[in-house]
This record gives sequence, C-alpha cells and structure tokens, in this order.
Amino acid sequence: MTGPQIDEVTASNPFSDSGTPLLEFAGVSRVFGSVTAVKDVSFQIAPGQIVALVGESGSGKTTLARLAMRLLLPTSGEIRLEGEPVGKHSQRAYWRTVQAAFQDPSASFNQFYTVRRLLRTSLGVLDQKLSRDELETRMAEALTQVGIPPAMLDKRPHELSGGQRQRVMIARALMLRPRLLVADEPTSMLDASLRVSLLNLLRDLRDQQGLSILLITHDLGQAYYVSDRLLVMYRGELVEQGETEAVVAERRHPYTQQLLADVPKLH
Amino acid sequence: MSDLLRAENLSAGYVTAAGLVQAVDDVTLSLREGEVLGIAGESGCGKSTLAALLARNIQLPLRVTGGTLSMDGELADLSRALPRPQRGTLLSVLPQGAMNAINPTTRVRDLAYDVLRAHESGVTRKSARERAAERLGELGLPPRAVDQYPHELSGGMRQRVVAVISTLLNPRILIADEPSSALDVSSQQALVALLRDLLSREIIRGVVFITHDLPLMRSVADRVAIMYAGRLAELGQTDQMLNEPRHPYTRALVGSVLVPEPYVRRHRIEGIPGSPPDLANPPVGCRFHPRCPLADDKCLTDPPRVGDLESFAYCWRVAEAAQGQPVAPTAVAGSGA
Ligand SMILES: Nc1ncnc2c1ncn2[C@@H]1O[C@H](COP(=O)(O)OP(=O)(O)O)[C@@H](O)[C@H]1O
Ligand code: SF4
Ligand SMILES: [Mg+2]
Repeated sequence: MTGPQIDEVTASNPFSDSGTPLLEFAGVSRVFGSVTAVKDVSFQIAPGQIVALVGESGSGKTTLARLAMRLLLPTSGEIRLEGEPVGKHSQRAYWRTVQAAFQDPSASFNQFYTVRRLLRTSLGVLDQKLSRDELETRMAEALTQVGIPPAMLDKRPHELSGGQRQRVMIARALMLRPRLLVADEPTSMLDASLRVSLLNLLRDLRDQQGLSILLITHDLGQAYYVSDRLLVMYRGELVEQGETEAVVAERRHPYTQQLLADVPKLH
Repeated sequence: MSDLLRAENLSAGYVTAAGLVQAVDDVTLSLREGEVLGIAGESGCGKSTLAALLARNIQLPLRVTGGTLSMDGELADLSRALPRPQRGTLLSVLPQGAMNAINPTTRVRDLAYDVLRAHESGVTRKSARERAAERLGELGLPPRAVDQYPHELSGGMRQRVVAVISTLLNPRILIADEPSSALDVSSQQALVALLRDLLSREIIRGVVFITHDLPLMRSVADRVAIMYAGRLAELGQTDQMLNEPRHPYTRALVGSVLVPEPYVRRHRIEGIPGSPPDLANPPVGCRFHPRCPLADDKCLTDPPRVGDLESFAYCWRVAEAAQGQPVAPTAVAGSGA
C-alpha cells in the first residue's frame, strides 16, 4: 500500500500530544420543559481529532452541537474548553476558539453578500479590528484551505455551486483560526461525489492544521470514513463511544447494530 | 402488455434569456408494470426535468423539443399538462419537499379529502377520513395520523403518510423525485419498504424513483438509469449496474460511495473531479469527456449506444470492449450499433 494508513497518521499526529482535551463534556444534560434532549453525556475531543456523532433525527445531535457551540448552556454537568468551564469564557471569546459550519449553507448565506463580505461577518467576535493587510491575508488563507480560488471573492451565492457554498461557509469559520470546528450535517445537501471531497477537506484540515472537528451526521458511512472517534447517540444518550474502527467492528449496543443494518449496501 | 411509460428520443429544455438550456436530451427509456425504475446522477444533470416530463408537468419555461411519450400505451399530447381526471388516478407525484410543503394548518384528513374530492364530487369529509385511516392501517402506519397536523409527525412518518395519501386513488404510476434525500437512513428504509408494499399490493403498478444515493438505489430499484448532463449514460439491472458498471461515469459514482467497511477508511476516495457542465453550453461529443479518465479524441464525437434497450451504455470505450478492438467513430455510427 502506498502512503500511510489513517491510523498511523493519527497515532503520529503532532497536534495530539497535549494531555488536556480541547473540549470536554462531563455528565452534561439539557432539559427543555419536560423533555431531556441530552442526558448525562460525557466525552472528550483531543486536539487534532475528528470526532463524529451519529444518531437518527430527533436523537439530540443538534442540541449537543448547540451546547458545544455555547449557544445553549447545560442544565446540569459541565462543558470545559481547554480545561476551563465554558461559563468562564464570554460567548465572543468562546467563538474565537470554536466555530461552526451548518447543514444548509444557502440558509445562512445572505443572497446579496459577496464571498468577501460573508467571510468578514465572522470577525465580529474579535476584540480588535484586523488591519487591511491582515484581513486580506486571512481571507486568502481561509479560501486556500478550502480549495476555493481567491478569484471567487466577489461572487455572490447564486454564482456558486452547492459544494462551493459549503466550502465558503467553512472558510468563514476558518477566518478566526479556530481550534475546533463544529459541523452539523455539512454534507446533507450534497451529492455523493461532492460529499467525498468535503470530507477529504475535513481530513486535510485535521492533518495539516491540527484542527479538531466535531462532525454530526446520520450517515455512518461518512462518519466511518473521516472520524478518529465515534459517538453513537440514541434518545439523548451516548449509548456507545470509542475508536471508530473498534465501535463499528464490535457493534456492542443494539442501536449501533441497527444503525449498521440500516445502512444501504452497495454490493 | 404495454409499458406504463415509454419515452422515445425525448428532448426538452428551459427557455431562458441566454438561450435554450437543454436539460433532457434524446432520452429513451420505459417503465414496466410492477417495477421500480431508478434515475440517478449528480445534481444539475436533468433528473427532475425528466421527472417533470414523465409526469407531464410541463410548464414554461420548460418546453419539449422532440420525441414522444406514451402512457399506458397511449401517445401523450406533450403540448398539454396531464388532464385533471388522470392526476392521481393514472399518475401521482411524490416530491422531495412534500413533507415541508404541506400547509401547517391542514390535517392529514384534509389532504385526503382534497385528493378524493378532485375525482369524486360526492365524497364527504367523513368518508375521506375513514378511507385514509383504513389505508394507513392496511399499510402498517398508525390510522390516528389522519387527525394530526404535519408538525405532529416526524419527518420520516410525514413523508410516508404523504405517500399513502397521494396514492389513495390507486394511480398506476408514481413518480418520486428525491423523496428521501432529507431523511435519515432508517426513515429512508421505511419509505422504500412502503413503496415496495404499495407495489406488491398492486395499489400502484410502477414507480420512477429519483435519487443521487446509489446504495439506496440498490434497495429500491429493479433497474437504474444513470443520467449525465441531460443524457442517459447507462441503463440496466440494478445489481449489474452497481457491481459491474460499464460506463466510466457510473464507475465514478459507484467509487464515491462511502460504506462503513475497512477498505473505505484506509484509502483516500477522490470522488469525481470537477462538476457537471452548464447545460446552456455543454461540451461537444460525450458530455463526460472533460472529467473522464479514459477520454481520448474520439470522445469529441457523440458516443454510440452499446447494447439493446434493456441494458445499454453510451461510451466509446465500452464500444471498443464489446468489439474487442478500437472502433472508429464513423464505423460505429454507420453500423447502427
Ligand atoms: N426553471 C428553470 N429555468 C432554467 N433552467 C433550469 C430551470 N430548472 C432547471 N434548470 C436547469 O436545468 C438543468 C437540469 O436541472 P434539473 O432537472 O433540476 O437536474 P437534477 O434534478 O438532476 O438536479 C440544470 O442545468 C438547471 O440549472
Ligand atoms: S465516451 Fe469517452 S469520455 Fe465518454 S465516458 Fe466513454 S471514454 Fe469517457
Ligand atoms: Mg432534482
């Protein structure tokens, strides 16, 4: 086989040496009225790791993503960013380290904004305005990272394809040079071939920039392809978690077994 | 027995300021009794346009530019939309957005009433509700869904309920355009099982199922047509197409699928470089040539169809393999292969 295998890459990942997890959920629950959307959830994301969260719709994945984005606070339990409880960070400070890219880029993409303007909208959380040079550098850097030619800076959303729009939304998040990207179903509007290239982009961001990623998806095939660790969510609880390959190979929990059985087979 | 649908050399395009966008180009295929015919391909390749043509939902700016369509053996008048009496009885459509398009203040029983009333002037709300509940029960869905509002049903259940209501009049043909793309895998499987059940109970007689998801095709379709840039690239039995794709485009699509099996994880899967062409200005010859790893100069000429109407591919390399040697463009065109 040519080139290193994924597991070797992860094992020798220069970004995952530090002992403190980047993000940690410790016994986190979130209650809405009489509904417990997220129940006693504990997991960690190390620097330079892709963690995938799988589960059916309604299982609590998006609530968990919103907690990880500090858009919601836990009802009980604690979320820590680099060892510090999230409550200690202001929301703006938190968003300098943790950024998000969501499901349907067209929904969050103002149709009158050019790519240039859209990229700048993430910068509001910075304490100081960037100099013009720094701004241009960051825009070029973010677009290069997602494989969009800088010539597209003046395009508007309708002039981009679905795959390009999704990449621009990721570039917008990267403008802040975050350490963690939360991606909630980022490929659900994309064709299979575009899906693969977006997942390859996530792999490259991990391997080349040491970015940590929390990928939320209902598609076990995608989770399996990109993630180092897999979290399986069912009715608000994490029923299984571990190294991706081990979770899929051992499939201990009945829900994991059912998820695997429901994945349509190609052959 | 005649085919439920038979398109011959069907072509259509969108009339735009920039000229005609040829979204369907010379498509020949049929839907047989008892089968699910899948149509797959990347977005922008004309799948929804073909679905609209087959459903005779033809409104400007879409215009038919050539070919014919027969429904149940009768030649259709493509200058007119499907006549009202045949909507819901000869043919029904299950669109992708069905579940979100429903008016949030309409209950399932009101939808059922609307469907039935269009054909049975005397139908009462009460009997519409009863018939819908009975049909839901027969198909293993909760009959009490009739009294619910769309938001009270999960996305997957909503889509299944809409499928049942839109087939209340036992249409012979159901056209489903990406009905499952927004659903999670378990709901997708449930929808597919429901469509199969409708077919085996002969409530409907044939389904055209559009999706860009090939593994889902495997579980739903008997035959699959692959579309690229408005044209058919390949058509055949689902198993044969997915196990031994002949056309390089089909092969590339199959190669982009991520299944949770170790070989997938250990490799970098590249997908298909580039994107489908702008159909206002498609490449000459084989439309896949700018992205095809096997393209050569010959591919600048329209490729021949290799195979019969049951199973075919349009590709120069496939033609050469079939003849065991290089084939010249004119020779194949001349021999009518
Ligand atoms: N109303 C329209 N006016 C002009 N062009 C259109 C219209 N609808 C679709 N098209 C074009 O027709 C082509 C095929 O689109 P479509 O049938 O929606 O493909 P698919 O369903 O495979 O994604 C695309 O190039 C698309 O941009
Ligand atoms: S005809 Fe040529 S370009 Fe088209 S698919 Fe075949 S080899 Fe590729
Ligand atoms: Mg479509």
